[in-house]
Amino acid sequence: MSDLLADYPRNAAAYHELLDAKGAVRPHWRQLLAHLQRCSPAQLRQRQALLARQIQENGVTYNVYAEPDGADRPWELDLLPNIIPAEEWAELAAGVAQRATLLNAVLADIYGPQQLLAEGLLPSDLVFGHDNYLWPCQGLQPPGGTWLHVYAVDLARSPDGRWWVTADRTQAPSGAGYALENRQIVSRAFPELYRDLRVQYLAGYFRTLQDTLARQAPSDGETPLVVLLTPGRFNETYFEHLYLARQLGYPLVEGSDLTVRDSTVYLKTLGGLKRVHALLRRLDDDFCDPLELRTDSALGVPGLLDAVRQGRVLVANALGSGVLESPGLPGFLPLICERLLGAELQLPSIASWWCGEPPVLEEALEKLPELLIRAAFPSQHFAPQFGPELDAGQRAALAERLRQRPYAYVGQERPLLSQAPIWQAESGRLEARPIGMRVFAVAGPDGYRVMPGGLTRVAASASARTLSMQWGGASKDTWVLGERHIGSEPWQWGRVLGVGDVVRSDPYLPSRVVENLFWFGRYCERCEGGARLLRILLARYVDDDDDPQALNAALTVAETLGLLPPVGDEDASLETRLLQAVLAKDWPASLYVALQHLQWAAASVRGKLSRENWQALVELHKEAQGLDSEEADPGALLEFLDRLLMSMAALSGFALDDMTRDDGWRFLMIGRRIERLQFLAESIADFVAGPAAQDQSALAWLLELGNSSITYRTRYLAAPQLIPVLDLLVLDAQNPHAVLFQLRSLLRSLASLGERFELSEEAGLQSLTARLAAFDLGPLEYNPLASAGSTAVLAVLAAQLLEVAAAAGQLSDHLGLRFFVHVDASQQTQSL
Amino acid sequence: MNSAVVISGAHYRIVHDTHYHYSAPVSLAQQLAHLWPRESPWQRCRSRQLSVSPEPTRRVDGLDVFGNPLTRLAFERPHDELKVCARLDVAVLPRPALQLADSPAWERVRLELSYSGKRLGVEELEAARFRFESPYVNLKQNFVAWADDCFVPGRPLLLAVQALMAKIFSEFTYDAAATQVATPLAQVLEEKRGVCQDFAHLMLACLRSRGLAARYVSGYLLTQPPAGKPRLIGADASHAWIAVWCPQLGWVDFDPTNNLIPALEHITLAWGRDFGDVSPLRGVILGGGSHDPEVSVTVMPLEEALARGV
Repeated sequence: MSDLLADYPRNAAAYHELLDAKGAVRPHWRQLLAHLQRCSPAQLRQRQALLARQIQENGVTYNVYAEPDGADRPWELDLLPNIIPAEEWAELAAGVAQRATLLNAVLADIYGPQQLLAEGLLPSDLVFGHDNYLWPCQGLQPPGGTWLHVYAVDLARSPDGRWWVTADRTQAPSGAGYALENRQIVSRAFPELYRDLRVQYLAGYFRTLQDTLARQAPSDGETPLVVLLTPGRFNETYFEHLYLARQLGYPLVEGSDLTVRDSTVYLKTLGGLKRVHALLRRLDDDFCDPLELRTDSALGVPGLLDAVRQGRVLVANALGSGVLESPGLPGFLPLICERLLGAELQLPSIASWWCGEPPVLEEALEKLPELLIRAAFPSQHFAPQFGPELDAGQRAALAERLRQRPYAYVGQERPLLSQAPIWQAESGRLEARPIGMRVFAVAGPDGYRVMPGGLTRVAASASARTLSMQWGGASKDTWVLGERHIGSEPWQWGRVLGVGDVVRSDPYLPSRVVENLFWFGRYCERCEGGARLLRILLARYVDDDDDPQALNAALTVAETLGLLPPVGDEDASLETRLLQAVLAKDWPASLYVALQHLQWAAASVRGKLSRENWQALVELHKEAQGLDSEEADPGALLEFLDRLLMSMAALSGFALDDMTRDDGWRFLMIGRRIERLQFLAESIADFVAGPAAQDQSALAWLLELGNSSITYRTRYLAAPQLIPVLDLLVLDAQNPHAVLFQLRSLLRSLASLGERFELSEEAGLQSLTARLAAFDLGPLEYNPLASAGSTAVLAVLAAQLLEVAAAAGQLSDHLGLRFFVHVDASQQTQSL
Repeated sequence: MNSAVVISGAHYRIVHDTHYHYSAPVSLAQQLAHLWPRESPWQRCRSRQLSVSPEPTRRVDGLDVFGNPLTRLAFERPHDELKVCARLDVAVLPRPALQLADSPAWERVRLELSYSGKRLGVEELEAARFRFESPYVNLKQNFVAWADDCFVPGRPLLLAVQALMAKIFSEFTYDAAATQVATPLAQVLEEKRGVCQDFAHLMLACLRSRGLAARYVSGYLLTQPPAGKPRLIGADASHAWIAVWCPQLGWVDFDPTNNLIPALEHITLAWGRDFGDVSPLRGVILGGGSHDPEVSVTVMPLEEALARGV
């Protein structure tokens, strides 16, 4: 292959990871470069494609901004790793471990004796002024004296090759999961190279985390249950929460899945409350407990802080650790390090000017045109401002702001970023991009252990000066060379599992997840039923030579079921109403809204759905998003409904063949059956009570509604007639779209809940089933025309069907009361 | 101040009842009560009773991070209502007389409070806790500008604070209908109406925005019934005022709602950064639907209470 480096820039202003000062390839890159030289561009493109496909398939995403309609963006990962030689890494890792030790000691001091404040080594402003200094945590003593169980540090490399700290992440550091995911993907793209270079493994980091949490959790002799607490699926790193929970084997829970009783934290599962001994949290400090911390937080667990105070639960990182993320802090660390550790701070921070000290403020104002000005505290909602990008007026305004509340601002030198090669598929060459690195440390039994690797972040363009996944940057795997440590082998279970260890159901399935599966089931059916009915209407509306009585009957059913917007004052045309019924975002019963509810329910049970199932949902979502309500015409809508019904069929296939038969699945199926029963029973009741009950063309669409046209045709080889149609759609115990079939299946599903659900109390449903099974269509024979007699028989049938629908609705309420009542939301009482 | 009363101190009985009626059963509840007066050199709590119904499954009495007595209550059985009744006997003693004009210039106090790398004494560290933004007290340049006429250069701190108190008292209208706990301070400043809590928060914002240390004080105030009429039971309310920190003199209380420096008629419950730290009762419940609280407070001289059997 031609020279990969033909276009590679060799500017001396930045450090090049790949090239030394003379432009020669650094020794630790030679093997990778030689390997790339041997590959053809096509081979590399193929690997790049493989990598992209794996990201897609694994569902790796980064939510750019938390929007309900889910702005997930695929994770950006470059084909080439960044490589760091062993000896360089050893020095860096020692610095990171020291910094973690130091920051842990600082937390112990500011939540304890506050010597650093009294001695003037740390301004009280940076502690008491910070909204993540959690006052009620003062005096708390976490198990083992560990405040920081995990720590991450953002690093940038200056032209002389030194690494500088640009930020400390002490609250709930993100990125370790992405680093592991990156490794799994990139190591597969270069398997031989990965082996030959002896790249250090990452898994030891995660194993240490598991060990530490298990060791420090106050377990009172029980096997500790550790959960991963997430703010939920709107968080930008939700994918990572899911991924880590799966890797670490921890249930992924939201605040409302937990409850505190008698200062003890419990997980609400379908089988009752299960004690939680430790929480690995991805929720911000002040949101964790609405009782004692931010009272407006709906994400936290009321009483959590008291459970911590009583030593009944471990929270990692300790509550209140976010206070150390202030950019004002690093400037004070060198002296604090000498005071607390009796040693020199090994890893320097980029220069900063905390303006709370009058002489420092003056200096910062003087250097304003060069500095990056940042808020010292997150509560300020002040976006960082770059001095060089401001005009004179803006600069003066900023200076005024600093003078007014100096302690709330920090000036920072802008980090100089090193350059690393990325592979460009278009040119088939390497290009240089600015990079930074996030490195992770975890508390072990004998001090902090640093993950040998990390998340290398790549700037969006060659000239960019900031790194942010939010702003469109990409990432790289980080290969640290050197001896592989024993115990750091890739993921594997610690012990051999025997017959006695076999687990057949998830004992920690949160009730909320089960409830969402139930609603997921209901919305699947709701979308399917609605789509069928609307497709019938649209198709008949489009071929308007059809029987108007049949169309009218379908319209009446849709109106009775509330699936068609009522004719308003403006006398909207049928076409407009149909468009609205499918696409209106602001009409609560539209198919669009039902699909949205389906997405929401699905997103909150994503951990329970297979990758393929999730992919099908994503496609469905894209499809619905792609329809423009302004442009759509009935033809386009019909096509959309066809595709939608295909997707719904796929989902129902997943439900039947892709999920283990645990409680979650049972409730999903119960939800589906309840919804289908209500839909079928109400539609047929309305139909038989109407004037078109004997109309062939109307009966044809009724079969379509019950997805039974083909069965009917093969059985009868004749045009639809009332008695066989009703038999097929109501009484046929073999037809999954028959009312009786669904009733019996529902009763069976309920029975499978066993003693947890008092089936005998659903006597109404059982007697309705018996009555319906005994319903005799015979009397309709003698009244082939719509005489008074057959009308009366049909009225009885309609009434029974409506009873079935009502009983299904009541059952839904009973299930809610029995199983989900503690899923209720907490609220604040009015403070007085 | 009425100097005739100051000499001997005063004894009070306070009855503070809170009653929540829930429209749906509450299955789980946790409440935090700041209903026991804190002790201080000028205040002794002679007797205190806190009765709670239903019986809580857990009750823990302790101190909060600001040193205030705090009662934690947990209810783990379903209930439709909650009653918390505090009955307190408190003695308030005279405080040393103050010469406001003897306090240092406010700019000097501000400078002394700002970081310089020097060691801090216990009192200075305590003062440092109350210089910053807190959930109900946001800091804005507006608050500095609005109070500029009180803080003329070189003015002794306590005179400037007194002027600020007087400014709030004269420019604002007491109006219980104007605000709720969550009314933002900017709106209070614009509409010039509010209750004691708003005036206290506003005064804190003016002081802290300027770099001074000031804290929120929650308590009660003895009110006088109209001439010739008996005191009504339950007609009083919780009260709030502020304290500002002054080197050498320590914390000095100011009541912007009544434009006076609290003495024998103010009974202190607790202090903190703002209302949120010390609200007499707050909690989180599971279930409950809408709830409709009733509060009644009676503050009367102990003799009168004994005579009337309160």
